[in-house]
Amino acid sequence: MMAKALKNRDLLLGLVLIALVLAIAARFPGYITPTNLEGIFTDTSILIILALGQMLVILTRCIDLSVASNLALTGMIVAMVNAGAPDLPLAALVLLSALIGLGLGSINGVLVWTLGIPPIVVTLGTLAVYRGVIFVVSDGEWVNAHEMSEVFLNTPRILFLGLPILAWVAILFVLIVAVFLRWTRTGRAFLAVGGNPTAAVYAGLDVGRTQFLAFSISGLLSGICGYLWVSRYAVAYVDVARGFELEVVAACVIGGVSIAGGIGTVTGVVLGALFLGAVKNALPVIGISPFWQLAISGTVIIVAVVINARQEKTAGKLILRDSHRTH
Amino acid sequence: MKLLKTLAASTALAIGLGAAAAQAETVRIGLVVKALGIGFFEAANQGAQDAAKELGDVEVIYTGPTSTTAEGQIEVINSLIAQRVDAIAISANDTDALVPALKRAMDRGITVISWDSGVAPEGRSVHLNPSSNALIGNMCVKMAADVLPDGKGDVAILSATPTATNQNIWIEEMKKVLPNYPGVNLVTTVYGDDLADKSYRETLGLLKSHPEVKAIIAPTSVGIVAAAQAVADEGKIGEVMVTGLGLPSEMAGHVQSGASKSFAIWNPIDLGYSATMIAYNLATGKATAEPGGTIPMGRMGDLTLDENLDGAMADPFVYDASNVEEFAKIF
Repeated sequence: MMAKALKNRDLLLGLVLIALVLAIAARFPGYITPTNLEGIFTDTSILIILALGQMLVILTRCIDLSVASNLALTGMIVAMVNAGAPDLPLAALVLLSALIGLGLGSINGVLVWTLGIPPIVVTLGTLAVYRGVIFVVSDGEWVNAHEMSEVFLNTPRILFLGLPILAWVAILFVLIVAVFLRWTRTGRAFLAVGGNPTAAVYAGLDVGRTQFLAFSISGLLSGICGYLWVSRYAVAYVDVARGFELEVVAACVIGGVSIAGGIGTVTGVVLGALFLGAVKNALPVIGISPFWQLAISGTVIIVAVVINARQEKTAGKLILRDSHRTH
Repeated sequence: MKLLKTLAASTALAIGLGAAAAQAETVRIGLVVKALGIGFFEAANQGAQDAAKELGDVEVIYTGPTSTTAEGQIEVINSLIAQRVDAIAISANDTDALVPALKRAMDRGITVISWDSGVAPEGRSVHLNPSSNALIGNMCVKMAADVLPDGKGDVAILSATPTATNQNIWIEEMKKVLPNYPGVNLVTTVYGDDLADKSYRETLGLLKSHPEVKAIIAPTSVGIVAAAQAVADEGKIGEVMVTGLGLPSEMAGHVQSGASKSFAIWNPIDLGYSATMIAYNLATGKATAEPGGTIPMGRMGDLTLDENLDGAMADPFVYDASNVEEFAKIF
């Protein structure tokens, strides 16, 4: 029974997460109060949404390093639009952020699909490009709290059934992606394409198109997170979320998504993101020297990955010769 | 070396005197900024014009490159030399790159000072700092003490990275003046790494782990904004006050919300005013630049020079609900 449970990666990660929370609570009891746990979930919402998009990309054997730059650029643009036209309804701004994000994501997708450039190279490039464009559009200026409209700033903070809208948005996306991956034909294609591209091609799936789709969805989610981020911290500037892409990838890896593609669950990714969120929110309250904090969070991540990623797939026997990828 | 420098300075001064005497009526001062079109420097120009009006026989030529490059400033300096101005007061884009051009200006008898952002000592006579580390540290603690009920309570610092030099110096200075504020009890320093999200999270953590903290000092412009937002989101406005160093345009919203009552940063108007006063007094020979000496700066008092001919203008300027809106338009 126990041995069987330990083989279920998601369950195992869930147990590790609970153990972590209890261990932190032993040092700082206030950590485990419902309000604080709610706070951690809300704080992790953006990471969860981004990690979901990243998971889709990684499933297809790619990686998207441009998510944080995409988020920052989109966030800056919607903040500037809001500052310039405060009467524009929020729905229009959210739609705008989704469209910009989608556009930026599909640029990655097109480059990977049609030109066949390795995804890590493409997204490293766009990581820098998008970050640079922020400076161009903003001139290095900040958009500050008092320039943004009340609705823009406060909507994600509105409480609904005890949780802020921000958290509900994350829950909504978790459900959508879960249903998408489990029950739609396109969703299943992500797993198939990453698990065995050769077989996927023989099954009539277009690998490049699926990868394009993954990048587009990841971009779309990053764009929406751009708005959420800017409203949460009430400021938009060039350096917003710099380096956050690594945290997003880390959440996926901790969550058991295989970098080799084809393996990953929504539950795992959510737990992986929450795990990181729990650590990030614990460090400020347990009173550890800031010099140790980075080392500790790094170590904790490695331990989590080791526990969770031991069981790698038993590689299927390759009976057909590797087909050349069709473009 | 030092002798040479003093010699160079005094020769420059002597020639400067001659030039001023030849023109007799107006003293022309070139106020060179990092780049045109920046609110902070426009405000400094406003101060410089105030000084010119007060002095009467001064014309301020406000100029600078269109982007913040040393090359652009060198062109501007060359053109000022060609115009035979009496003094150049510059906020430099590069400490060393401007030295040759400015030396040439001094050779022609032009008084050169730097302000805000300095030039290496061999390229100018005096450098005017907006404030000094000691004054900044003291002001931070004073603002916190002012918002504490009866000046008594726990205070925490939200800094940038644990290795940021300026932050650590200011925190050091704050600790030095703590004995002067017996009610202020500094409980901890946390580090937000100058990232909005980390600073926000650190502030939330701080509010939880030290619920008795009544004031947060954030001597960093990213940190102070994030801390104010975190305090507002936790519903602790009025209970916990955020103060420190920030820009009026970035803090205006948080002063309005009440999360921050006051914060400080240099006042660019005063800075432009003082730079002009110093340039005038040196160019006309009413004051000399020597280590340990003083130079009058009109309504801003006297500038005291250290051994590098550096001086600090004044306490950082405090912004609160009464003036933040006005300055938010400037920078």
